[in-house]
Amino acid sequence: MSTRRLSMQGAIGHIGTILVTLLGLLVLTFIIGRMMPADPVRAMVGEDATRETYEQVFRSLGLDRPLWEQFFYYLGDVLTGNFGTSIRTGQPVIQDILHVMPATIELATFAILIGAGIGVPMGVIAAVNKDRWLDHVVRVLSLFGHSMPIFWTGMIALIVLYAKLDLVGGSGRMDQFYIGLVPETTGFLLIDSLLAGEMDVFWSAVNHLILPAALLGYSSSAYITRMTRSFMLDQLGQEYITTARVKGLSNRQTVWRHAFGNIRVQLVTIVALAYGSLLEGAVLIETVFAWPGFGQYLTSNLIIGDMNAVMTCVLIVGVIFIALNLLSDVLYRLFDPRTR
Amino acid sequence: MSVTTASRLRVPASVYALRNIVLFLMKSPTSLFGLAVLALLILVAIFAPLIATHDPYAQDLANTLQAPGNGHMFGTDELGRDIFSRLVWGSRITLTIIFLVSIVVGPIGLAVGAASGYLGGRFDTVMMRITDIFLSFPSLILSLAFVAALGPSLNNAIIAIALTSWPPIARLARAEAMTFRNADYIAAARLQGASPTRIIVKSIVPMCLPSVLIRLTLNMATVILTAAGLGFLGLGAQPPLPEWGAMIATGRRYMLDSWWLVTFPGVAILCVSLAFNLLGDGLRDALDPKQMNRR
Amino acid sequence: MTSSILEVENLHIRYGGAATDAVRGVSFTLGRERLGIVGESGSGKSTVGRGLLRLLPSAKITADKLRFEDVDLLSLSEDQMLGVRGRRMSMILQDPKFSLNPIRKVGDQVAETYLRHFKCSRQDAREKAVAMLEAVKIRDPERVCEQYPHEISGGMGQRVMIAMMLLADPDVVIADEPTSALDVTVRLQVLNILDSLVRDRGIGLIMISHDLNLVRNFCDRVLIMYAGRVVETLAARDLDKAQHPYTRGLLAAQPRIGGTRAPLAVLDRRPEWLEEVSR
Repeated sequence: MSTRRLSMQGAIGHIGTILVTLLGLLVLTFIIGRMMPADPVRAMVGEDATRETYEQVFRSLGLDRPLWEQFFYYLGDVLTGNFGTSIRTGQPVIQDILHVMPATIELATFAILIGAGIGVPMGVIAAVNKDRWLDHVVRVLSLFGHSMPIFWTGMIALIVLYAKLDLVGGSGRMDQFYIGLVPETTGFLLIDSLLAGEMDVFWSAVNHLILPAALLGYSSSAYITRMTRSFMLDQLGQEYITTARVKGLSNRQTVWRHAFGNIRVQLVTIVALAYGSLLEGAVLIETVFAWPGFGQYLTSNLIIGDMNAVMTCVLIVGVIFIALNLLSDVLYRLFDPRTR
Repeated sequence: MSVTTASRLRVPASVYALRNIVLFLMKSPTSLFGLAVLALLILVAIFAPLIATHDPYAQDLANTLQAPGNGHMFGTDELGRDIFSRLVWGSRITLTIIFLVSIVVGPIGLAVGAASGYLGGRFDTVMMRITDIFLSFPSLILSLAFVAALGPSLNNAIIAIALTSWPPIARLARAEAMTFRNADYIAAARLQGASPTRIIVKSIVPMCLPSVLIRLTLNMATVILTAAGLGFLGLGAQPPLPEWGAMIATGRRYMLDSWWLVTFPGVAILCVSLAFNLLGDGLRDALDPKQMNRR
Repeated sequence: MTSSILEVENLHIRYGGAATDAVRGVSFTLGRERLGIVGESGSGKSTVGRGLLRLLPSAKITADKLRFEDVDLLSLSEDQMLGVRGRRMSMILQDPKFSLNPIRKVGDQVAETYLRHFKCSRQDAREKAVAMLEAVKIRDPERVCEQYPHEISGGMGQRVMIAMMLLADPDVVIADEPTSALDVTVRLQVLNILDSLVRDRGIGLIMISHDLNLVRNFCDRVLIMYAGRVVETLAARDLDKAQHPYTRGLLAAQPRIGGTRAPLAVLDRRPEWLEEVSR
């Protein structure tokens, strides 16, 4: 009973912290938005508007109010789901973002599957062979993935694998002549093409997805490998591993059934966090591969100084990060019997 | 006990430690590679005018997009500029970025961290909430937003990177400060009437310094990649500056026919960031007490 | 000894990277009896136990003879060794807090031993586990099976450990300080359970301990180890008649109720014992 009450208090404290962080996030995006050199009024009224119109719009946007008052307006807008209109597209920003998000989620999900698929086994292998040559090879390979400028690797891969060897699709989500063939139901091209029964489009999409996803995945596998290795080393040093070996379990069974079984919860946490930081790589890789996703939307608006769009993008990334943190925390509590 | 050993041995111990660390690093081939590349980078930056074969800004429109060879080791770019010379001069920009970011981030992180760790209470809570907010973004995205707000330029990119990379340092310094905060020699200083500022500056900060320096080294690979990424997106160094990321961005248009435009700057970025990562990895091992004892 | 199960002659164990052997020329035989190995920390007694099961991956093990029933432990492949561990020779570890896997249910962990060595269904293994838990005097074994190690007490944890290690009916059990992590109040209870199981099943027991009184009461014979060597071997009931000065020192360093109030003797360690060969 008392422990349950304690964990309830912990949960409430946790939620409090998250709310404070969210509020801080809003302050930060608000400040960034106000620091923008682009003049939002000028952008709305055009270059040759009269002074009166300018001032009228200036007032209607609330820009004559004190800064803190403006912040509360912003807060109110955000809480009611009003993120403003994009100057570039003339659409509500949130609608724009919802439209581009599936492309990025598709890319990031594939990437994390590849990243975890490489990183976790590599980390286990490195830990089991600690300080032997296999460990060193894994370490250098993963540091390499961590060190490469992903936008450059993307280009080199395009030159070699697409232009020279023609092994994979080029930039974009599918081959040019398939564009518009599949109705957009979910926004996830792989799912949409399957729903429409267009297998050609599906394979074209896979062909285009595989290279950027593999690169993103490889770069995120560095972190996953390192953490897996250190978690495994922790477990392999524990006494229950000796118990398992005394029982007659083989090395492989001991490593995978016992040690690995016990780091699964921690791994979920790590993979969730790695998923969040994929967004960072996505911004760069989407530019290289002309991938019509969130990253490209963010960078194209940055360059033209579309304040509403940029603020909202940054806000969304922050929220996704916090949500992933929370999710990994919840998963931890759910799956580790000791925290129940 | 910790008081006497810490204060009596501080200066000579740190000298010894540094020597031991370097010796340890020399033993591992990967760390040695890291050290060598960084030494090379520094030498190239210092002697750039001597090493460069051409003026990095001199255009030669008769000789654009020349493949490597013919007096241009790495070829020429779309304006006929010598890529090798631009890379050599670009090393100065890379070093400047690393240096400026470090001298901004180090002191800010150290000050915030040491103060919150020592003072605790409300100040600590507020500061840690602020770092939480910064840490809830991938650093590149936040830097992007800052650069967008400040306007794209090399200096603003440096400011943006610095703004986003102090929180992890502050976290680290705070954790260190909290371990020293209840030490007897701090209590002694307090009893002598030293002000909190004096205690933080004279007693806490020096103890946090070594781990902060290591963390800064580890950070540099990220700083380089972020700076290059900003340059690539056109938000960092502006043309005609020979910044490596920006060189890749301009080379992108010609990449299918003139591979050397993007290849060489990319290799340079990769080498330097790999060098920092290998060095950081070696440092982590060198400073891990378990590893030190095993030798 | 009627028939020896285990014969060890001139056993040497050296850890990887170490300059000297941790175990230096240990010889003994084990029948269907209870043999105690006593020594200070670092005397190599635990290393002997782990070496017999070949659990020390980085260590180099050599011996003139290391016979266990019909097999030569040194020449077995790792695969063959897997059939020995847990099935024919097993080991009870010190602290159930660490030696049980924290995130698997107790029942699954115990049943795993059986599943590993016998062809049977999960259900059968489970029934065997429950029966074994009952044999170590755990009330309501069905409920304990569903619990996690952190939910049971230390004494119960160690009984679970005993159940796990005796489930496949081994011929030799090595108990490495089986009770030193337990409360004094439950020590005796756990030892009695272990003792009766070992007697009933005719298991050869090697009890590794630093506790002379425990060994005196629960063992037939005692080896005294010092710095990787056996300095003396005697019957447990003759412990008081020990000849070797080190053994006498150990005995003298023990407090005794009703003994004199003089300060306890400080253990004497002489360098010449390091090279002495036991008879």
